[in-house]
Amino acid sequence: MLRQIEGSRAVAETVALCRPEVVCAYPISPQTHIIEAVGAMVKEGLLSPCEFINVESEFAAMSVSIGASAAGARTYTATASQGLLFMIEAVYNAAGLGLPIVMTLANRAIGAPINIWNDHSDAMAVRDSGWIQLFAETNQEAADLHVQAFRLAEELSVPVMVCMDGFILTHAVEGVDILEQSVVDGFLPPYEPRQVLDPKDPVSIGAMVGPEAFEEVRYLAHLRQMDALARIPGIAKAFEEVTGRASGGLLRSYRTEDADTIVVALGSVLGTIKDAVDIRREAGERVGVVGITSFRPFPAEAVREALSKASRIIVIEKAFSIGFGGVLATDVALVVQGADAKVFSVVAGLGGRAITRRSLEDLLAQSARGDLKSLTFLDLDRAAVDRELTRMANTRRSGPSAENLLRDLGSDHGASKVKS
Amino acid sequence: MTRKPVHFYQVGSFAVGNRLLDDENRTVQSNPNRTNSIDSGHRACQGCGEVLGARYALDAAMRASNGQLVAVNATGCLEVFSTPYPETSWRIAWLHSLFGNAPAVATGVAAAMRVKGKSEVRVVAQAGDGGTVDIGFGCLSGMFERNDDVLFICYDNQGYMNTGVQRSAATPPAARTATTVTAGPEPGNVFGQGKDLPRIAMAHDIPYVATATVADLHDLEQKVERAMEIHGARYLHVLVPCPLGWGSASDETIHIARLAKETGLFPVFEAEHGKVTGVSPIRRRTPVEEYLKLQRRYAHLFGPTPRPDIVARLQEIADENIARYGLVTNDTEDSVSTEVTA
Repeated sequence: MLRQIEGSRAVAETVALCRPEVVCAYPISPQTHIIEAVGAMVKEGLLSPCEFINVESEFAAMSVSIGASAAGARTYTATASQGLLFMIEAVYNAAGLGLPIVMTLANRAIGAPINIWNDHSDAMAVRDSGWIQLFAETNQEAADLHVQAFRLAEELSVPVMVCMDGFILTHAVEGVDILEQSVVDGFLPPYEPRQVLDPKDPVSIGAMVGPEAFEEVRYLAHLRQMDALARIPGIAKAFEEVTGRASGGLLRSYRTEDADTIVVALGSVLGTIKDAVDIRREAGERVGVVGITSFRPFPAEAVREALSKASRIIVIEKAFSIGFGGVLATDVALVVQGADAKVFSVVAGLGGRAITRRSLEDLLAQSARGDLKSLTFLDLDRAAVDRELTRMANTRRSGPSAENLLRDLGSDHGASKVKS
Repeated sequence: MTRKPVHFYQVGSFAVGNRLLDDENRTVQSNPNRTNSIDSGHRACQGCGEVLGARYALDAAMRASNGQLVAVNATGCLEVFSTPYPETSWRIAWLHSLFGNAPAVATGVAAAMRVKGKSEVRVVAQAGDGGTVDIGFGCLSGMFERNDDVLFICYDNQGYMNTGVQRSAATPPAARTATTVTAGPEPGNVFGQGKDLPRIAMAHDIPYVATATVADLHDLEQKVERAMEIHGARYLHVLVPCPLGWGSASDETIHIARLAKETGLFPVFEAEHGKVTGVSPIRRRTPVEEYLKLQRRYAHLFGPTPRPDIVARLQEIADENIARYGLVTNDTEDSVSTEVTA
């Protein structure tokens, strides 16, 4: 049923439709509305049988999830940012053990400086953990991806992280079609674990593995992700058949048929990018967009195919590897190597800075003029940075840069910037 | 050539030999039909107190749960020596996740068993002292506070033995470890630090807290059985001497564990809902020197420059324990030596 609903609420209600058996979470903005809503549904008895466990940390939240999943329960949790980093040891462990936990990641920046707003630094920090990472473009897709995530996770015995932009999606109210229970039940069969803690058939899970087999165990994890690559389109298709809605999949292309410039991105910023592309199209530029839903496993073949006709590829991402550049851009550059295309890395929207259509239009215009550098920081206030560099050069004890920048922005320099 | 005389009862222990008990009071371990929760062939050191304690505790828990048991293990010696891939000594359902999260993982297992309608399945979590008092403490306190249905067993060998004998918050004062060397005015571990986890556990008001040593395995089994009669968070702290880390002879493990109790350095007691309900009285009060001298980790107290001042401070700790728990009473203290061995 189509309802005007907050993204977090849509996800919570959809997770509930997936009949989780153990839900365990620790509150962190901007994930809180999701777990509050799931917790309330459990307490009201709407999800019986289901246990909702309030724990003392994200590390405990993922650890409880590990125990519950290993004991055969369908298990869900959610976190963001610092919370994901606090549980990171258990995040790797869940993947290493092959436990099909589903987790919502309400994407948020990582401090310091502490910042509660959206970017993708958190997801990128666990890129190599062995979790499948799916990025939602809209709240509808965020909700739908959870149903697909449980099916994918349980088919493969691999944990799945559904990434949705913090605040931009989690706190946005918009129309979302919440599925019927019967539809979800038909799509998502009961969880049949591949391994389970059962006193009647005791197994040791989590044994020590030395050099004689570790690489093989890791390679099997890689194979499961490659298997996921093959299954994700099928699961999205099956989902479309029962819901009539295209959600998920590996990637989606927009106006790329004749495009010589293609913008690649993850998550909710794709909507703004499409708007900017539409405007540049009206100006006669042949630009298109590829939105990547499955970041891990990375759909190398599909990306190569989708970008095969482009001569300029602009990867816009809300994270970067400090000391090098874009993370997604690196992956894209690697898969299109050998093709006659130049890859541009654009870092944007860090710590919740709005990525405006206007800025994207300017970026595309810059690209069309051939002025785009290989690494660009969108809307960077270079003057403010230079003033801090000057302070640092002039004084050994120049103080904390974050505070200096804030003071600077509050001064005449900053005020003039805001006015312009 | 000196020979040790053969004894038909545990001389000096006041423990009655198992064969003198009626069947139902005999140890779980004496029953040939008991489970083998930890099978032979593991790689524990000779004289390892931890594997002895774990074997008795888990087989007792298996009997108490009619075999419906899942064990969660923290990283550490017990996990490493029992599971080098693809061998496993575990004959019970067993899960190892991480060093610091065994209590939380156990919470998850217990929750899953409840939603699956398998309430007969009981959950034990186990860790060394590092996984309990240090890196696992946050998760343990959370599990206690929520009163989750988990029996947590700490096998306390008073240091990070698996990584090469470093100090933990359970390392006693003056003890030498690789990170508390015997240098400076206070050689070994410093005084005035460390955590007394049984008391911290009691402060959570959980239904059951007990301590035990591998010197009295019958007592250990009984405490496991008592713990298994109760639902909610339960904590069992077992002193397990480590020949490697303590620098003791491998055939002295049980003797040293007994001396830890008889000196008062390790009080053996039970508590329910935060109140002590019983203590194992000291039967022959022993000066701490007798305990310390058997361990090379205290050798610096008795070397060329003896440190009777430090020994006296350790004796004070023992005396405080004796006073706190009432470990010596006129009824229980046996001041008459019944030493038989030469």
